[in-house]
Amino acid sequence: MTPASSYWSHQWLVAAAVTKRGLLRMRRLPSLMIPSIIMPIFFVIAFSGSFSSVVQLDGYSTDKAVNWMAAWAILQGSAFSGLGGGGLTATDLENGFFDRLRAAPITPASLIAGLVGYSVTRATLPTTAVLIVSFVALDADMPGGILGFIIAYFTAIAIAAVMSLFVLGIVFKMKTLKSLAIAQVVMFSMMFLSVGQAPLEAIEGWLYHVAKYNPITHVIRMGRQGFLGDVTWAETQPGLISIALLMAGAGIWARGCYRKVDI
Amino acid sequence: MQLSHRSILGMIRQPQAWVPTLFFPLLLAAVYSSQFSNAVSLPDFPYPDVTFLDFILPACVIQGVLFGSTNSATDLAGDIENAFMDRLLSSPVSRPSILIARLSSAFSYGLVQATILILVFFAFGAELSGGISSALALILITSFLSMGVGSFLIAIALRTGSQEVVNSLFPIIFVFIFISSAFFPVELMDGWYGQIAEWNPLTWIIDWTRVITIEGFSWKALLQASSVIALISFVGIATSIRQLKRRLAVAS
Repeated sequence: MTPASSYWSHQWLVAAAVTKRGLLRMRRLPSLMIPSIIMPIFFVIAFSGSFSSVVQLDGYSTDKAVNWMAAWAILQGSAFSGLGGGGLTATDLENGFFDRLRAAPITPASLIAGLVGYSVTRATLPTTAVLIVSFVALDADMPGGILGFIIAYFTAIAIAAVMSLFVLGIVFKMKTLKSLAIAQVVMFSMMFLSVGQAPLEAIEGWLYHVAKYNPITHVIRMGRQGFLGDVTWAETQPGLISIALLMAGAGIWARGCYRKVDI
Repeated sequence: MQLSHRSILGMIRQPQAWVPTLFFPLLLAAVYSSQFSNAVSLPDFPYPDVTFLDFILPACVIQGVLFGSTNSATDLAGDIENAFMDRLLSSPVSRPSILIARLSSAFSYGLVQATILILVFFAFGAELSGGISSALALILITSFLSMGVGSFLIAIALRTGSQEVVNSLFPIIFVFIFISSAFFPVELMDGWYGQIAEWNPLTWIIDWTRVITIEGFSWKALLQASSVIALISFVGIATSIRQLKRRLAVAS
């Protein structure tokens, strides 16, 4: 094995160990996961129930509200799961364990990758829970078939990664668990100012313009397409571009804030 | 009076506790009034002649006030956690005043918050057909509701003495709001969900409040909403008194 490949395999092992540590903590403290699973399940039930008639309006392209709201609930759950890595880091920063991690021979990239890996793995749980409730209890459809499920999972994982990087940046900057509240406000606002609950055609006024240019809109459309019809490249491509841009932006933000942990 | 003053001051000094309770109702109102503006044209929509913003106005005020109702109980739990309550109990302070201070703080917070929310809604073009009397009725209903729901949370704070437990009850309030007629009329909800929403007491309060804000001031609707709130408050305050007595018995 060359020194370069040995270096990279070491960094991957570190990232995997950080992910594993987060997952072990989750297993030991299941209460950490309960809100992340219960809330999206509640969202899909509540939004599908409350707004069951809005699908009669133009632009929804489905006759069941659950087909529209399931993808929205999945993304909400994934975004909240993205807080996981931030929560773990904030706790470590408060109790001093993070300083020991920083003193170890670990690159910032592998540490951040491990924390993102933890958040991404967490995101599969609410996604699966929402899909089960949607199909078993609420009679959802997936005309997009297996590709529809794959794209829904991919979108959930991608949003969890983006949110995880964004939240890590905030936590590195503020070094406290309380900073998660700020992250939640920003996250919640970005998700709501999109086509989460209504199609662009139904939105009026200022929100139309905000939702149109909100990158989350393209991501939600990508994740939702399988619930409404076939999975197409035309719906997938803008979502992939948005994810790539969000990931790059959030990654630079997280890495930049990591430098400020000592300040 | 001194304890009420302390309770209210404590709340003012923690903007992280009250800013979200103003922000989220306004965000939801802004988003829903843009997203579902055409929903008033749906068949069976009970108020086809009003804007969606007018329709959700009372619900958004009630939502904000209910979210804020946790603050008073959280502060009380904080007092128990940091042993201030023990010092209070060792002083010659009248015992009922501990409870009255927290209830009046919940009421005052609801009053201020409802007033601010209504003024912001007015600034963004919302209309109350009954004018000032409807606005006053809405403020009164929401303030008493804040106190009524707050009293349940105060009972839990007294029972557990844990801020974390009180904060963890927040999702229950969220569930009660969403499974009601807050953001969409029950007539347009399908199946079992619509049935549960119909039985939710919050639906009754919101619907009667909506009559006041959309159709104009009505003594009948005000009394109907107030009677449900009075019942909630009665049970909540009785539970709080019981929990306070229990805590006093443990302390002595």
